[in-house]
Amino acid sequence: MAGSNALLEIKGLHAGIDGNQILKGIDLEIGPGEIHAIMGRNGSGKTTTANVIMGHPEFEVEKGEVILDGEDLLEMEAWERARAGVFLSFQYPQAVPGLQVGNFLRKSVSSIRGEEAAKGSIFREDLSKAMESLDVPRSFLARYVNDGFSGGEKKRFEILQLMLLKPKLAVLDETDSGLDIDGIRTVSEGINAAIRDSDSGALIITHYSRILEHINPDKVHVLMDGIIVSSGGPELATKLEEQGYEWLQQE
Amino acid sequence: MVENKEAREAVGDYKAGWHDPENSTIRFDFGLSEEVVREISSLKNEPAWMTEIRVKAFHHFMERPMPNWGNTSMLEEIDFDKICYYLRSSDATEKNWEDVPEDIRNTFDKLGIPEAEQKWLSGVTAQYESEAVYHSIRGDLEEQGVIFLDMDSGLREYPEIVKKWFCSVVPLTDNKFSALNTAVWSGGSFIYVPKGIKVEMPVQAYFRINAKNMGQFERTLIIADEGSSIHYVEGCTAPTYSTDSLHSAVVELIALPGAHIRYSTVQNWSSNVYNLVTKRGIAHENATIEWVDGNIGSKLTMKYPAVILKGEGSHAEVISVAYSGEGQHQDAGAKIHHLASNTTSKILSKSISKNGGRGSYRGMVTVSPKAENCKLNVVCDALILDESSRSDTYPTMEVSNPTARCEHEASVSKVSDEQLFYLMSRGHSEEEALAMIVNGFFEPFTRELPMEYAVELNQLMALEMEGSIG
Repeated sequence: MAGSNALLEIKGLHAGIDGNQILKGIDLEIGPGEIHAIMGRNGSGKTTTANVIMGHPEFEVEKGEVILDGEDLLEMEAWERARAGVFLSFQYPQAVPGLQVGNFLRKSVSSIRGEEAAKGSIFREDLSKAMESLDVPRSFLARYVNDGFSGGEKKRFEILQLMLLKPKLAVLDETDSGLDIDGIRTVSEGINAAIRDSDSGALIITHYSRILEHINPDKVHVLMDGIIVSSGGPELATKLEEQGYEWLQQE
Repeated sequence: MVENKEAREAVGDYKAGWHDPENSTIRFDFGLSEEVVREISSLKNEPAWMTEIRVKAFHHFMERPMPNWGNTSMLEEIDFDKICYYLRSSDATEKNWEDVPEDIRNTFDKLGIPEAEQKWLSGVTAQYESEAVYHSIRGDLEEQGVIFLDMDSGLREYPEIVKKWFCSVVPLTDNKFSALNTAVWSGGSFIYVPKGIKVEMPVQAYFRINAKNMGQFERTLIIADEGSSIHYVEGCTAPTYSTDSLHSAVVELIALPGAHIRYSTVQNWSSNVYNLVTKRGIAHENATIEWVDGNIGSKLTMKYPAVILKGEGSHAEVISVAYSGEGQHQDAGAKIHHLASNTTSKILSKSISKNGGRGSYRGMVTVSPKAENCKLNVVCDALILDESSRSDTYPTMEVSNPTARCEHEASVSKVSDEQLFYLMSRGHSEEEALAMIVNGFFEPFTRELPMEYAVELNQLMALEMEGSIG
């Protein structure tokens, strides 16, 4: 794919935290409507990649570029990136006691998609549809953001936000962890509905290939010690599931 | 961030920080003496017994030393000779909005009172300087026999009721500042709810200090007769001045058997005001008293809403929040005395400190030896927004009956970077994210308030959070 057509372009990204270099030169391109997966073991730099794309203030970028739709993300703060169209589904979503889910969703939609989208009937319709498809009860709206949520509820709530915020790029960090098989299917359907047949793209970060069976990524990348050591089609995920990461290390 | 800076400059450091030119009919010279106290009483044409109470209270105030606890160094800074003890800006108490003098009306316009009235109020008494200038009560309340007057009118029109209950909950020798209030009080609300009458809508009063160095000493007395109920809402906001002002109110509540009184306050004094208030209620058999108390501004607040559970089966609740910014100390809490059996109480206290502010919870719960099967629950949470701020807790429980069930929880938390990042990743600036966390922290309090107060408080906290980052 030509660089100018890419939705997300990451070039030579070196980044770390507290002086420790974790990403040692990442190159990645995601086109509109594409879903890519990054797989790798613990400590390979998967979550760092997600945090650096979203703009976590604790991570330092030494060099490289991260471009979304022609805009330089590295120049922006996290909330500006969100408004530019980046979404991160967190591995560990944070609780905010006292902040009601319904209010929070409306405020977030208003911040990111504009006041029009957060208005009464339009918002309510979007919300009902998304909640129904994710099997989330109405009572959810009166609860406090991630406060006392089970692991599965937290992940469903992340995908609910994805569906309402309609980002250009969704980064999903370990969204399958903490979900049972039905949960993975429901959440995968949500991701497919948000990305497939749209101009958006997604980057799925995962340990396991299970979620990928439902999503069927266009490309799979393997991250090892801060660099992408192998890229391929969905078959790469299957191979990793069967054979582990050993064979890649030997190559 | 530029837009926030501009917004801040446009709004000023303090949202309600305007003041109208003083337009006072009678104003005393600064300082206090027995003569001044007698003069206040005589100007108001009070009965002799009230004059005597005032004079006794004045002498007690003079003899009583400053409290030797709390923020003593801030207390020592109060110069009682530089305070004006009585000031009246309008001759008569008005009943119709149109009759209220224009500059005073402008002030209330800025505070949003008329709109508020349409939606929420069943009666308004708004304290401007020392006396209520505007007071209205809905016809149906009058028909029900509910008395809702400013305290001065209450004394004139219902002297026998006032005489019976005045100083019955807070005796004139209670503490230095309540003695001062008793000596020089002016304005405040007087409410009597007859037997069995349930007032559905909250009744509301607004207080503010307008004149520089103006002490405000309002006195409120609420009597809910058997089986009645009332929700009283008091909101305070004051303009900013460079010299210190003293606000020392006394509120007395009497809930007779089976009655229910809820008293809600949101105070937003400017950061030079000393807010030293005595609030106390007595709950008789099966009565309930609830204090919902929010302290946002002031230099030093010392306030511990109290309930004496005198009758069997009575219940007390105190929900309070305090916000302390730069140079501010909120020393707030609650006091509950279980004197009778099967009484229950709940205290929820939440404090936020920022920019070197200090929040203290000071609470006392006692259970007397004869009070069987009492239940008490105390929760205090503090949220500290930066390293320079401070929170402390001084809880006291004196339980003299072994059948009591006591629960106490306390927590201190900080806003985590991960929490902020999570909210920012949803398109909210750092200030907005912080305001969401702060308003969430206060939510158990805010949800108890009438809607417009809740909205106002959320906006106020969002304003406070601007510029607090970095």
